[in-house]
Amino acid sequence: MNDTIINVRHLFAGYNNNAIMEDLNFDVQSGEVFVILGGSGCGKSTVLKHMIGLVPPVSGQVLIHGEDMVAARGKERNRLLAGIGVAFQNGALFGSMTVLENIMLPLIEFTDLPRKAIEAIARVKLNLVDMGHALYLLPDELSGGMKKRAAIARAMALDPAILFLDEPSAGLDPLTSAELDRLILELARTLKITFVIVTHELESILTISDQVIMLGKEKKGIIAQGDPKKLKADPSNPYVYNFFNRNPS
Amino acid sequence: MPELTIETAGQTTVMLFSGRLDATGVAGVWDTAVKTVENPGQAKIRIDLGSVDYMDMAGATFISHVLCLAGGTPTEQSDCLTGVKKEFTPLLEMAEKTKDQTSAPPPKDSYIKKTGKDLVASLEDARVFITMVGEITAALFSCLKNPGRVRWADTWMVAERSGVNALPIVALISFIVGLVMAFQAAIPMRMFGAEIYVANLIGIAMVRELGPLMTAIVLAGRSASAFAAEIGTMKINEEIDALTVMGMEPIKFLIVPRIIAATLITPLLTVFSNLVGILGGMVVILSFGYPPIAYYNQVVGFVSWEDLAGGLLKCFVFGLLIAATGCIRGYQTLRGPSAVGDATTRAVVSSIILIAVFDGIFSIIFFYLGI
Repeated sequence: MNDTIINVRHLFAGYNNNAIMEDLNFDVQSGEVFVILGGSGCGKSTVLKHMIGLVPPVSGQVLIHGEDMVAARGKERNRLLAGIGVAFQNGALFGSMTVLENIMLPLIEFTDLPRKAIEAIARVKLNLVDMGHALYLLPDELSGGMKKRAAIARAMALDPAILFLDEPSAGLDPLTSAELDRLILELARTLKITFVIVTHELESILTISDQVIMLGKEKKGIIAQGDPKKLKADPSNPYVYNFFNRNPS
Repeated sequence: MPELTIETAGQTTVMLFSGRLDATGVAGVWDTAVKTVENPGQAKIRIDLGSVDYMDMAGATFISHVLCLAGGTPTEQSDCLTGVKKEFTPLLEMAEKTKDQTSAPPPKDSYIKKTGKDLVASLEDARVFITMVGEITAALFSCLKNPGRVRWADTWMVAERSGVNALPIVALISFIVGLVMAFQAAIPMRMFGAEIYVANLIGIAMVRELGPLMTAIVLAGRSASAFAAEIGTMKINEEIDALTVMGMEPIKFLIVPRIIAATLITPLLTVFSNLVGILGGMVVILSFGYPPIAYYNQVVGFVSWEDLAGGLLKCFVFGLLIAATGCIRGYQTLRGPSAVGDATTRAVVSSIILIAVFDGIFSIIFFYLGI
């Protein structure tokens, strides 16, 4: 858990040359659960989209294993993308495919494995997220929590070293949310997967994260960084303290 | 890439793996390993992972799968495995723990059962369609009694989007239809020196049949799909549920303005289509050297007011059908990402089928009425 796997350097996050976050610098260590948090609309998901190469930032670098995701093009970019998995907020499962087919898709596209092998691997991935009973269901037939678990299984299909999760607990009941937290921790500890998670669910943050960065809308940058339990107990920054302790100021 | 070396030691077949056992690497050794294990002459299997440098879940799944094929109790299976590095143990345990928890695929329906299910679904669809037609009719009569309750602002907006904005496409299609029909008809008629009678053909065909039909088909593709997509999206976003719980009737609120607008603008668009189509035919006749007045006199002298009225009556009904079908299909939208697309497709297909069926019915009625 000591190697740096992601370095974000001088990242100006935003769209169309309008930076909503300026000069972000942070590192993610291999095997840790790293959480990006902040108030609604502060730009957490935008930063995530820059990190996964979905949207180009205004400027800056996102180094994954030392290679710049922002500058990567073509085959180089595809190689970097193969090393990461992303689970979107609403799952983004393909509606015309069963859950099993959703998980098999990346394996079919990016490996030469025989069909039976692909199915066996996909089944194991779904069992890992406790979705073995729902292989032949369509995404429409799944609950919100099931969709998110299936999305995590799909993101893990190619055994990526890093998993990015956008608001994994949003809209889930406390039990399902806690179950998802347990799953993330188990995957991180057992499979040594590095998690980068965007969320503002305090319970989840305190349960799963090793390190957090908190983004501030007004400062347009990182306003706090470190162990969430320490940040919760530290009153030196009133905004961060109130955020963690749910005190409206 | 991993390598697989197979050795025989007495009664035992030893499978020696080396290198990286990941999703890419496993692809190269999967078939060989499976064939070796499934060989009927096989007495005992031993899998040696001592030279494996890297393993991920795909590799662990592979080893677990091969062990499972080798048979025996879990303890016997684990005895088959040697040289497992400490860091691979949790992966293998996880793969072993999770491999048999999946559900079986659902049984496939027989042809008869599937046909029966399709028939029931079609009948249910027809029932819902007829019920909605009834509800819409009741809502329309209710609005006729109280015109003040119609959302006229929405109605004019829909009329503009479905009518005024459709003028260019209606003009283009009608002009081309008139032009092409005139050219095609002129070829045989020219042989008899009767090119001028192309004007009669164009006039009667546009006014009685092609004007209403072309307009209706353009509206089915343009407006029925738009109505289905709009209402379908509202259904998925629970906007229709919101209207219902606020005590508003979604049919009066959403469907009635669209039906009134479409029913009113279709005859107007048809008149426009007739004129442009006849203009298209005129271009051909002028190219044969006839003066415009000759073409005008032929058309006006041949096409009667009854022909025009019959065409307009038809397109009035077409407008009603198109709007109602688009709205009903939108209202029937189910859940899921493809639902709006399905609703839109069904709206266009149903509209065109209904247009064709009702066009046939009108032709029979007009024939018996002598119009």
